[in-house]
Amino acid sequence: MILSVRDLKVSFRTNDGLVRAIDGVSFDLDESEILGVVGESGSGKTVSLLAVMGLITDPNATIEGSIRYKGRELVGLPARELRRLRGNEIAMIFQDPMTALTPVYTIGWQIAEQIRAHRRVSKAKAMERVEELLAEVNFPNPHEAMSRYPHQLSGGMRQRAVIAMALSCNPALLVADEPTTALDVTVQAGILDLVRKLRATHKSAVVFITHDMGVVSELADRVMVMYAGRVVERGSRTELFSDPRHPYTRALLGSIPPLTGEKPRRLPAIPGSPPSLLRLPKGCAFGPRCPVRYEPCETEKPALGAGSHPAACFRVAQA
Amino acid sequence: MTDTDRPILETRALAKRFSIGTRFSAEGRRTVHAVDNVSLTVRHGETVGLVGESGCGKSTLARCLVRLYDISDGKLFFEGDDITSKSLSELRPLRRRLQMVFQDPSASLNPRRRAGDLVAEPLRIHTKLSSAEINKRVAELFDLVGLLPDHVVRFPHEFSGGQRQRVGIARAIALNPDLVVLDEPVSALDVSVQAQIVNLLADLQEKLKLTYIFIAHDLSVVRQVSTRIAVMYLGSIVEEGPAEEVFAKPAHPYSQALISAVPVVETTPSGTRKRIILTGDVPSPLKPPSGCRFHPRCPIAVDRCRTERPELKEYRPGRRVACHFPTL
Ligand SMILES: Nc1ncnc2c1ncn2[C@@H]1O[C@H](COP(=O)(O)OP(=O)(O)OP(=O)(O)O)[C@@H](O)[C@H]1O
Ligand SMILES: Nc1ncnc2c1ncn2[C@@H]1O[C@H](COP(=O)(O)OP(=O)(O)OP(=O)(O)O)[C@@H](O)[C@H]1O
Ligand code: SF4
Ligand code: SF4
Ligand SMILES: [Mg+2]
Ligand SMILES: [Mg+2]
Repeated sequence: MILSVRDLKVSFRTNDGLVRAIDGVSFDLDESEILGVVGESGSGKTVSLLAVMGLITDPNATIEGSIRYKGRELVGLPARELRRLRGNEIAMIFQDPMTALTPVYTIGWQIAEQIRAHRRVSKAKAMERVEELLAEVNFPNPHEAMSRYPHQLSGGMRQRAVIAMALSCNPALLVADEPTTALDVTVQAGILDLVRKLRATHKSAVVFITHDMGVVSELADRVMVMYAGRVVERGSRTELFSDPRHPYTRALLGSIPPLTGEKPRRLPAIPGSPPSLLRLPKGCAFGPRCPVRYEPCETEKPALGAGSHPAACFRVAQA
Repeated sequence: MTDTDRPILETRALAKRFSIGTRFSAEGRRTVHAVDNVSLTVRHGETVGLVGESGCGKSTLARCLVRLYDISDGKLFFEGDDITSKSLSELRPLRRRLQMVFQDPSASLNPRRRAGDLVAEPLRIHTKLSSAEINKRVAELFDLVGLLPDHVVRFPHEFSGGQRQRVGIARAIALNPDLVVLDEPVSALDVSVQAQIVNLLADLQEKLKLTYIFIAHDLSVVRQVSTRIAVMYLGSIVEEGPAEEVFAKPAHPYSQALISAVPVVETTPSGTRKRIILTGDVPSPLKPPSGCRFHPRCPIAVDRCRTERPELKEYRPGRRVACHFPTL
C-alpha cells in the first residue's frame, strides 16, 4: 500500500460560514495502480488531493483525519519534510502546465534544475537525463526542445514537459489534477497513453482527477465518485461502469450523450444543480436531485460502507 | 422548394485574416489565416455542428457569420441577401434575426444588471414595446428557458452556471431570432447540468423553429444536437455530412483520428474501438503547411499531398470531403 487516507476532513472558515469541502473521505492506493477520481465542479476532488500533498496553505483551513504514505503519517508533518517528499517521491501535474513552469527559462534548464534540486549530479549529467525524459514523453526532437521556452510550445507539449519534470525523480506516486482538461481530444489521447506507459515502466501509482467519465473508463483501474465533499461510490472500473449503484453515478452516466448508435430524443438530465457546501441538506446531499429518494434520505446521511464496491445510499444498502 | 431546403445562411469562400505584430516587431507584421476558404450552407431548421481542435477557427467563423467580425474575403448571404459588407446600420434589422450565445455566460452578462433587465435589454433596443409589454415578454422568456418568475431580480452571480446560461439563452431568443450561433454554450457546465441545457436547446428549436450553428469541443454533445457536421482543420472545412454518418463513418483521415480519440465509457474491459493517435502538433495558422494542410500529421499522406491541396469535393449530395483518398 502506497497511500492510505482515512476519514479526511477539510473545512474552510469563510465570511459566509464554514465550508465543509471534504467531509470524511477514505481511500487506499496500491503500487502502480491508477485511481480515477470523478465528480462535478466543487465536489472536492482538488482539495482532497491538495490535502494529501500538504499543499493547503489557507490559514482558514482545518484538516482532520489521517493520510499515510508508505505507512508514514503525513498530517501534521512539518512543511519542510513534506516539501522533500514532494520533490522526491510524490509528483504532481495540474490542468494548467504553466503553474509548474517559469516563462523566463528554457524547459531543458527547468527540468535540469528540478533534477539537481533533489539529486547531486553534474549539470551535464542532468541535461543528458532531461533529453532522455523528453524523449520518453514523445518529443519528436528532444534535443532541440530543451532550448525552447514554454511559450514556444503548444499546450500539449507544455503538459508533456511538465510530465517529464514530474518523472525526473521517478515518483512512487503521481497526482494528476485534470491534466488533459484544457487539451484537445487528439492530444489528450497521447497523454493518456503516456500515463499508462509510465505506470508500466516507472511503477508509479497514479491518482487521476477528471470530470470526464470517458477518460476514467479508459485509464483507471479503480474509480472513486465524489459528490459534495464525499465519496458516493467506489469500485473497480468494471464494477463501476457495468454495475453503477449510486443514483448519482447512474444518472451521471445516463446523461452523457452516446457517441455511437441511436440518439435519444432527449437526454436523461439530472434536475437541479449541486448543493452549496454552505447549506448542505440535512440528509443525503444528493437527495434534492435524486429520483428514488424516500423518507430515510431526508434526515440521515448515508454512509459509504465497506467492501470492494460500496455506494453511499440507503437504497443500495437496503437492496 | 420546402422550407427546410431553403438556405438561411450561406458562405462562399469566406476568409478571415488577422494581422498581428507591427513592422517594428521582431518577426514583423504577420498574417493569421484563421478562417480560409469556407463555403457552407445552413438550411432552415437544421443544426450544423462545427467541430475541430482548439485554434482551428470555429469561433472566428462563428463571429464572421453573425458579422461580429468583418470578413476579409469571400461572401456571406443571409436568406439570399448579400450581407458581406453591409454597414452596421444596414445590418440593424437583421440583428434581431441572427443571435449568438457564448461559452462563458458570466463574461457576456453585465454583473451589475439584474437578470430581468439583461433579458429586457434587446427588447428595449430593437422593439417599440411598452414597458408593461416588455415585462410580460420577459416573464414569458423566463418561463420558456426554465427560470422562475422571481429570478428576474437576481444578479448574474446569484445564479448557478446552468442558470446563468439560461439567462444568456433567454436574451438571445428574446427577439425571436431565426438563427442562433452557439459557441460552446455548454462547455463551462457540469455534465449533469449540460444535459439540461442540451434538452432546453432542443425544445426551443422545436417550439420556435430555430436554426442553430453549434460549436462544442465535446463531440458526443455535438452529435446529440446536430443534424449536420462540419469538421474544421486549420481554418478550413475538411469534411461535411449528416451527423450520424460522419460519426459512424468519417471519411477524412483527420475526422477519423478526432472521433477515435474521444474517450467513451466502455462497460466491457477491453473495447473494440481502434484509436488513431496523431503525432505532431496542430500547425500554426501563421504558416500553414503546403498542399493538404493535414499532411504533416496524416498517417496516409503521400507525395501528392505535400504539393496539391485537395478541394472540398461533393461525393454524394450533402457529403463533402477534402482529401485525395477519402474513405467513402
Ligand atoms: N481556500 C478556500 N476557501 C474556501 N472554500 C474553498 C477553498 N478552497 C476550496 N474551497 C471550496 O471547496 C470546494 C471543493 O473544491 P475543489 O477545488 O476541491 O473542487 P473540485 O472537485 O476540484 O472542482 P473542479 O472540478 O471545479 O476543479 C468548493 O466548493 C470550493 O469552493
Ligand atoms: N483577434 C485575433 N487576433 C489574432 N489572431 C486571432 C484572433 N482571434 C483568433 N485568432 C487566431 O485565429 C485562430 C483561430 O482561433 P479561434 O478562436 O477561431 O479558434 P477556435 O476553433 O474557436 O478554438 P477554441 O476551440 O480554442 O475556442 C487561432 O490561431 C487564433 O490564435
Ligand atoms: S440515500 Fe436516498 S437520496 Fe441519497 S442517493 Fe440514495 S436514495 Fe437517493
Ligand atoms: S489529402 Fe493526403 S494528407 Fe490530406 S488528408 Fe488526404 S491523405 Fe492525408
Ligand atoms: Mg479541481
Ligand atoms: Mg473558440
